[in-house]
Amino acid sequence: MDKLKARSDHPLDALLRTDRIPHIWCSGCGIGTVFASCLVAMQTSGIDLNKTAMVSGIGCSGRGAGYIKLDSYHTTHGRAIPFATGMKLANPELNVVVFSGDGDLFAIGGNHFIHAARRNVELTVICVNNLNYGMTGGQAAATTPCMAKTPTTPLGNPETPFNLPLLAYASGASYVARWTILHTRDLTKSIEEALTRRGFSFIEVLAPCPTGYGRRNKEKPLDSLRLYQERTVIKNGADPSDVILDYQQGITLGKFIDHERPTFLDSYDKTCRINF
Amino acid sequence: MKYWRVPLDVDEIQVTRGIVHIVEERCKGCGYCIAYCPRDVLEMSSKYNVKGYHPPVVKKPEACVNCHYCETICPDFAIYSVEAPPQEGDDGKHSASC
Ligand SMILES: Cc1ncc(C[n+]2csc(CCOP(=O)(O)OP(=O)(O)O)c2C)c(N)n1
Ligand code: SF4
Ligand code: SF4
Ligand code: SF4
Ligand SMILES: [Mg+2]
Repeated sequence: MDKLKARSDHPLDALLRTDRIPHIWCSGCGIGTVFASCLVAMQTSGIDLNKTAMVSGIGCSGRGAGYIKLDSYHTTHGRAIPFATGMKLANPELNVVVFSGDGDLFAIGGNHFIHAARRNVELTVICVNNLNYGMTGGQAAATTPCMAKTPTTPLGNPETPFNLPLLAYASGASYVARWTILHTRDLTKSIEEALTRRGFSFIEVLAPCPTGYGRRNKEKPLDSLRLYQERTVIKNGADPSDVILDYQQGITLGKFIDHERPTFLDSYDKTCRINF
Repeated sequence: MKYWRVPLDVDEIQVTRGIVHIVEERCKGCGYCIAYCPRDVLEMSSKYNVKGYHPPVVKKPEACVNCHYCETICPDFAIYSVEAPPQEGDDGKHSASC
C-alpha cells in the first residue's frame, strides 16, 4: 500500500517550490508543520492566491518565503513587517502574509510589530515560536523561558519572556491566537480565519527546535509534542492577560481576540484622502 | 478500536478508509506520523532513505481511516492519505472489532 509516489502527488505540491524540497529544516523541526498548515489554510480559505504574497525575515523560520510557489519576499532581519506594510499600502488588493520566527518578529523586529498592530495594518502575521534563535545556534531570545539553558545563558535564562498574545493584544491587534504544531486542525482553521479578517491578525505557533533548544534542555522532538499534548489547555476567548506559557503551570491555547476595528487604510483614507 | 460500550448503531456507521502514501526521499524520520496516527497504521522501517533516515512503512493498511493527521503533522511533506475506493463486497461498514 505504501507505494512510492511521484513527488508531484502530495496535495501541497501545487503551492510548493518542489525543486527546493527537501527543505533545510532539521529532522523534527516544527517549522515545516506550521508552514504546511499555512499552505492548507491558504488553499481552503478561498482567498485569491494570485493576489497573495508571503514575506519572511531572517532565521530558519524566515526561510518559509523561499518555499512557497507564490509571490514571496525574503527580507532583512527583523524587517518582514515593514516590507509587508509597504506592499499592502502600495497595493491594498494584496493579501499579505508574514511568516517568520520569534527572534525576527519580537527581538530585532519588536518595534515594527507593536506599531503595525497599533496601526491595525491589514496583515496576517504567523510567528513560529521555537523559544530561541535557531539558525544562529540556539541563543536566548525574547521568548526563551526563564531558566532555560542556551549558549548565551549557560547557567539558565535569568530573564522573563514576552507573553506574545498579550503583547499583540495590548498593541492593538484585532485577531490573536496561540496554537502548537500538534493542534494542526485548530491551527489551520485559525490561519484560515486570520486570512479572511480585516486588520492586523497574529497567530503564535509553538514549535520544537530540537537542534538549537531541545538538545540543551533535554527535550527530544517527541518530548516537545508530549508537552504540547499534556500541558496545554484550550481556552477560546480567554483574557490575554490570563494566557500563560509555562511548562509547569500549563500553556493556554486558543483564539483569544477576534474583534474588528478600523484598519490603517480605513483611517488614513478617511483622514488624509477623502477630504481633498 | 476499543469501545467502552459498543455503540447501538455500529452496523450503520460508515467509516471512511484511506490509503496512505509515503514520499520516502523527503522523510527525515522524526516519527511524528507514527506516534500520532490514531489507528496505529504506521511503523518505522528498518531501511534507510537516500538521506540516511528511516521512513515510516504501512503496518496495518486496512486500519487507515483517511483522517489526514499524518499528512498535517509531517513537517516534510512526506506523507499523505487519499480515500480508498470501495472494495468489492465491502459496504463501507465496520464492525466494532475492526
Ligand atoms: C542584522 C542582523 N543581525 C543578526 C543576524 C543574525 N541572525 C540570523 S537569524 C537570527 C535569529 C533568528 O531567530 P528566529 O527569528 O527565532 O528564527 P529561527 O531560526 O529560530 O526560526 C539572527 C540573530 C542577522 N542575520 N542580521
Ligand atoms: S536549527 Fe532549530 S529552527 Fe533551525 S531548522 Fe534546525 S530545528 Fe529548525
Ligand atoms: S490518514 Fe490517519 S489513520 Fe491513516 S495513516 Fe494517516 S494518521 Fe493514520
Ligand atoms: S512525520 Fe514525515 S518526516 Fe516525520 S517520520 Fe513521518 S513521514 Fe517522515
Ligand atoms: Mg526562533
